[in-house]
Amino acid sequence: MLLVFEQLLNGLQLGVTLFLLSAGLTLIFGIMQVINLAHGSFYMIGAYVAATVTAYTGSFLLGLAVALPVTALIGMLVEMSMLRRLYHKEHVDQVLATFGLIMFFNELTRIIWGRQPLFMDVPAWLSGSIELIPGIPYPTYRLAVIGVGLLVALFLYLMFAYTRIGMQIRAGASNREMAAALGINIKRLYTLVFGLGTLLAGLAGVMAGPILAVEAGMGESILILTFVVIVIGGIGSVRGAFVGALLVGMVDTLGRAFLPLFFRLVFPAATADGAAASIASMLIYLLMAAILIWRPRGLLPAHS
Amino acid sequence: MLKVEGIETFYGSSQALFGVSLQIGDGEVVTLLGRNGMGKSTTVKSIMGITPVSSGRMSFNNIDIHPLPSYAIARLGIGLVPEGRQIFPNLTVRENILVAAANRGGRKEPYTVEEVLEIFPRLAERLNHYGDQLSGGEQQMLAVVRALMTNPKLMILDEATEGLAPLVRKEIWHGLSVLKGRGQAILVIDKNLDALMKLADRHYIMEKGQVVWSGETAAIAANEKLKARYLGV
Ligand SMILES: Nc1ncnc2c1ncn2[C@@H]1O[C@H](COP(=O)(O)OP(=O)(O)O)[C@@H](O)[C@H]1O
Ligand SMILES: [Mg+2]
Repeated sequence: MLLVFEQLLNGLQLGVTLFLLSAGLTLIFGIMQVINLAHGSFYMIGAYVAATVTAYTGSFLLGLAVALPVTALIGMLVEMSMLRRLYHKEHVDQVLATFGLIMFFNELTRIIWGRQPLFMDVPAWLSGSIELIPGIPYPTYRLAVIGVGLLVALFLYLMFAYTRIGMQIRAGASNREMAAALGINIKRLYTLVFGLGTLLAGLAGVMAGPILAVEAGMGESILILTFVVIVIGGIGSVRGAFVGALLVGMVDTLGRAFLPLFFRLVFPAATADGAAASIASMLIYLLMAAILIWRPRGLLPAHS
Repeated sequence: MLKVEGIETFYGSSQALFGVSLQIGDGEVVTLLGRNGMGKSTTVKSIMGITPVSSGRMSFNNIDIHPLPSYAIARLGIGLVPEGRQIFPNLTVRENILVAAANRGGRKEPYTVEEVLEIFPRLAERLNHYGDQLSGGEQQMLAVVRALMTNPKLMILDEATEGLAPLVRKEIWHGLSVLKGRGQAILVIDKNLDALMKLADRHYIMEKGQVVWSGETAAIAANEKLKARYLGV
């Protein structure tokens, strides 16, 4: 019981991290129709900037406060200087160009920060644990990550549903020519959306900093999960990304935690662990396949 | 207010406009007439910066609009009700009304949602429906209202009554005459000559990408040969 509760929270925590990454990616994919493989790079940039600033100043909050605008700014510069040229190109060109960006950013971080990973400490005021249910302690920092993720989800919901800029983004996504003919500056809107998406990726990176090693290439392993999330959720749909991210986070975490236990009921321990580990790592892909057979456009496709 | 001089527009390598010129003054209601495929919509899209113009001059209140992007032209105070309505299907009626709302014409009392709904009352009952849940007529009224909420100095309507039931058409013509009464300048394209004759001050007739005739309402009304030759009536 204790383990189940803890793993559920771990799943939730992975889920909200994936949500922060996939919300931006699905917006960029859905609105600009560009496949941005380099989205994970902004997760890495956020983590590196935060780790560095935190190390120098001793303040995690300061690290966060610097990392977010820096990531968003780099994102907007990349959009204006490069991505903008890819909007009307083939997907192959987009994949090649943004793959080039990944290599560029990975190499750049190696040049600036070296090959050794950086480690970030959990800030003192978030260290320790909280007993949400008496007798079952859970790390405060991970709870904070969950809280931030849920707040961002709420913020995005309110922004899209109730603000003018949210309306304009949705209008531009469905009919860019008409939106422009009504006086909406689509180019600027795209740059803003891209900046928002990269800011969220950077936020995910900052929050993952104290949990994982900050190193070149850290964006790519999570990017694959992020793509699974947006395909499951429905491309272009932030709501879908939310549901998909929680689902993937849960299934992945619970699968890795509990499949070995189930398998041990049937097989000898060594066989069970090996088989369970390989099946657990495939679980989200099986989930994706099953969902796509059932709903080819994803769980909550963007309004069509 | 709007001055178009000798514009040429191409779709790829095929030329659609061959030196079109026209003018619209403050408070005037002007039509573009002509059979299908003669270049009326292309003229509108050229004015709005949607299809690129390769030569000629266009200005709005003495500001050159030719190389400007679409959104900048709209912000000078031109409100477009495009061919095919092009309501945002994923926005509610209220959101469609508000998405581009602005006071581009610098009106002392810019339109409010309540005021525009008085012109087309049946939209008021559907404020929370999505754009793609509306009938064709409701979508058309919404397209007019959406443009009106930008408080444009000039409204452009391209086939705003196309495919609508007679009663709904009447509502739209009535709405336009209300606007005209308030001094709204309008460029209107439509097949319904009778309704246009009642509404408009002046007309341009287009054929094969050129303006072949222009003049006042009385001159068309009296000229059966003209109607038969260019308008098929
Ligand atoms: N998007 C387009 N691509 C290529 N040709 C077009 C396009 N739109 C219109 N045309 C051509 O341009 C000419 C003028 O069309 P249009 O301006 O739509 O006429 P109208 O509005 O008077 O019916 C027609 O010959 C039409 O086939
Ligand atoms: Mg037309």
